[in-house]
Amino acid sequence: METKTILLVGVGGQGTILAGHLLADVAARAGLDVKVSEIHGMSQRGGSVSTVVRVGDHVSSMICDPGCADVIVAFEAVEALRAQQFLKAGGAMFVNRETITPVSVNIGNFTMPQNVRARLTGMGAKLIPAGRIARDLGSPKSTNVVLVGALSTALDFDADLWRTTVREGVPKKTIDANLAAFEAGRAAALEA
Amino acid sequence: MTRRLLSGNEAIAEGAWEAGVRVGVGYPGTPSTETLESLVRHEDVHCEWSPNEKVALEVGLGAAMGGVRSLVTMKHVGVNVAADPLMSACNTGVNAGLVILAADDPSCYSSQNEQDSRFYAAFARIPCLDPADSAEALDFSRRAFEISERFDTPVMLHETMRIAHTRTMVEVDGTRADDAPRDYADNIGKFVMMPANAVRRRAVVDERTAELEAWAEDCGLNQVEMRDKGVGVICAGAVYQHVREALPEASTFKLGLTWPLPAQALAAFATSVDKCYVVEEASDYLSLRVRAMGIQLATPPAAPIPVAGELNPALVRASFGVEEPAHQPAAKDLPPRPPAFCPGCPHRLVYVELRRLKAVVTGDIGCYTLGAVAPYRAVHSVIDMGASLSMAHGMELAGVTERTGRPVVGVIGDSTFAHSGITSLLGTVYNGGVGTLCILDNRTTAMTGTQGNPVNGVTLTDSSHKIGPLDNPTGKALDLPVLLRALGVEDVAEVDAQDQKAIRAALKAAVANADQLSVIIFKSPCRLVDRRTKPAPQIKDCRKCGTCIQIGCPALGRAADGSAVIDPTLCVGCTQCQQACPFGCISPVAPKEA
Ligand SMILES: Cc1ncc(C[n+]2csc(CCOP(=O)(O)OP(=O)(O)O)c2C)c(N)n1
Repeated sequence: METKTILLVGVGGQGTILAGHLLADVAARAGLDVKVSEIHGMSQRGGSVSTVVRVGDHVSSMICDPGCADVIVAFEAVEALRAQQFLKAGGAMFVNRETITPVSVNIGNFTMPQNVRARLTGMGAKLIPAGRIARDLGSPKSTNVVLVGALSTALDFDADLWRTTVREGVPKKTIDANLAAFEAGRAAALEA
Repeated sequence: MTRRLLSGNEAIAEGAWEAGVRVGVGYPGTPSTETLESLVRHEDVHCEWSPNEKVALEVGLGAAMGGVRSLVTMKHVGVNVAADPLMSACNTGVNAGLVILAADDPSCYSSQNEQDSRFYAAFARIPCLDPADSAEALDFSRRAFEISERFDTPVMLHETMRIAHTRTMVEVDGTRADDAPRDYADNIGKFVMMPANAVRRRAVVDERTAELEAWAEDCGLNQVEMRDKGVGVICAGAVYQHVREALPEASTFKLGLTWPLPAQALAAFATSVDKCYVVEEASDYLSLRVRAMGIQLATPPAAPIPVAGELNPALVRASFGVEEPAHQPAAKDLPPRPPAFCPGCPHRLVYVELRRLKAVVTGDIGCYTLGAVAPYRAVHSVIDMGASLSMAHGMELAGVTERTGRPVVGVIGDSTFAHSGITSLLGTVYNGGVGTLCILDNRTTAMTGTQGNPVNGVTLTDSSHKIGPLDNPTGKALDLPVLLRALGVEDVAEVDAQDQKAIRAALKAAVANADQLSVIIFKSPCRLVDRRTKPAPQIKDCRKCGTCIQIGCPALGRAADGSAVIDPTLCVGCTQCQQACPFGCISPVAPKEA
């Protein structure tokens, strides 16, 4: 398989890292080469975060360059705009509908961008109400797995492989909630 | 053999374990930290955090001299701290293997500077290994111990953030080499670096260097891959991966050993291609050396390789004039989202009060460096660990308070104080220095992921479970007030870092007392260590003054009408906003009647 690049972006603490691990695990189980690059440290304290997952027969660089992401999954809408230049022409983008106002805006030094959703749909993004779906399912923390479900519709891995990976990749007590989140995310992406 | 996805750091730990390492020692620092956190899971290895990297290297050298293999880990700036023992350990050599992991951070994702630690390997004349993915990280880590013992030298294992923090596929063997200690025998001529011995050892090092140079040609760590003969690229580490991505046709000389360089093999490669390039990131380490060998290096056709910052395939393409894929431009109207103090962070109110005081703050390194950014902007220098206290003394000698009317305050974290602050403070006390110093004791080394440290007494064995048992640590916790008094500080105060009025009063008193040295310990656990929360308070009849917003809590925002609102999913119920509100509009939710 030719190398595919998936970029996961969000705000520190939103669970992008777990989502990246699930995807990497799926690709590894499918027998592919995988590279997962994360930024740790300073950026974790509520700042912008990103994880790059590259999968294929043989993966070289672990970095996603502008115009190189086959899929972008954004856990927060402003962060989706911050990553827009990485999207490959014709690439897919799944965006959690919600925004988180940064401290820089709250203290009055900056303003939120205009028309966030229109700009995103204008570039072909699918807006997924992932936070709401997770809350409705009674497990707000599984927002990330809802987005993993959405992501699964854009890649050629068997849905059951995803299900097995989610089951084995999340804490035992949360398996059912996360599997439900995964299915709901898949359905939402197929509808969107 | 099992196939696993491992980060470079996990792979290095695994390789060291397979090599029979018995001691792992280091000081946390991104991107090196997870190496020991991963190694400590092997029960047959003793792992510990040192107060700083100099201590760590000395412990590691002692263990190696005593006959057991040891791994010493640090980030690039840690090598500066450890440079003193390094520059003699290279002369003594080892007994059992000694490997030093130096993890660089091009583009300063989590660092105060960008530096190429391999210059230290060349400076110290010790072999330097540079893996390009996790599989190599494991292999090189294991081999580094063999090389160390074979050539009787410490070995540097060098990585960058993209190697340390990228998970790639690794075949893990899972067998451990014989870890029986080597015999220890006194050897004064080898291990006592007084002048006569040091001079003799230098001659030994020169012989060793000649042997290493001969071995480098054929050591099996470097790889020549001939493709298109028009373009040949010499590279190492993560940069090799970017070159393969950007210039898939180019021939490559991948250096796995970056000191000493294989001079003959490189010369042969250079003559076998039409144009030979060095591609490296944030450094001229390789190009300087390759040029010094008399090899003609070409400049990339479109633009030179950037001399600073992390490299990526796009930058390599740009230098070689390869078209970049079409993409939309970056959005220009987005608010920045830098890291911020967590909701409930015990550092926040101290900076709110330092801002109010208009203090000139000499700062230090840790989460509390964020006091330099809006809305506080209350840190005015950050240099290296410990500098806050010594620079405050220097500012005092410069008469800054007299000339500006602003108090000078040094601010340091607990782990940083143990790392280098104690000697700084000793210098101030000894020389009769005065002024105000603050120790922000949040009971952990927060920035690098809540490791234990000598102030809280949590050891690496405890803190391998991350949130350490603070009340009952296995190590000995430092009694800060007792230490401060023993150092000779007479005015020592302990203040609750969650109590704004007490913080204000303590700072005011210390600053007013200008002829004395005052140290205030602001104490309250980091929210990543003590995760107990209370319900979010309620806001009633908000006057929209924005005072609470200006404490910079991520859980506090404004509604459309300008009144403050609390995000209950982020709020931890710390009461900081409640204390900040000048009108008493924020109050705890009354507990529900039973
Ligand atoms: C010489 C050196 N070693 C390691 C580091 C990495 N480092 C940066 S901040 C930090 C922890 C600081 O802990 P502490 O002083 O307790 O402050 P906190 O983050 O808890 O606020 C470390 C280890 C460094 N910057 N310099």
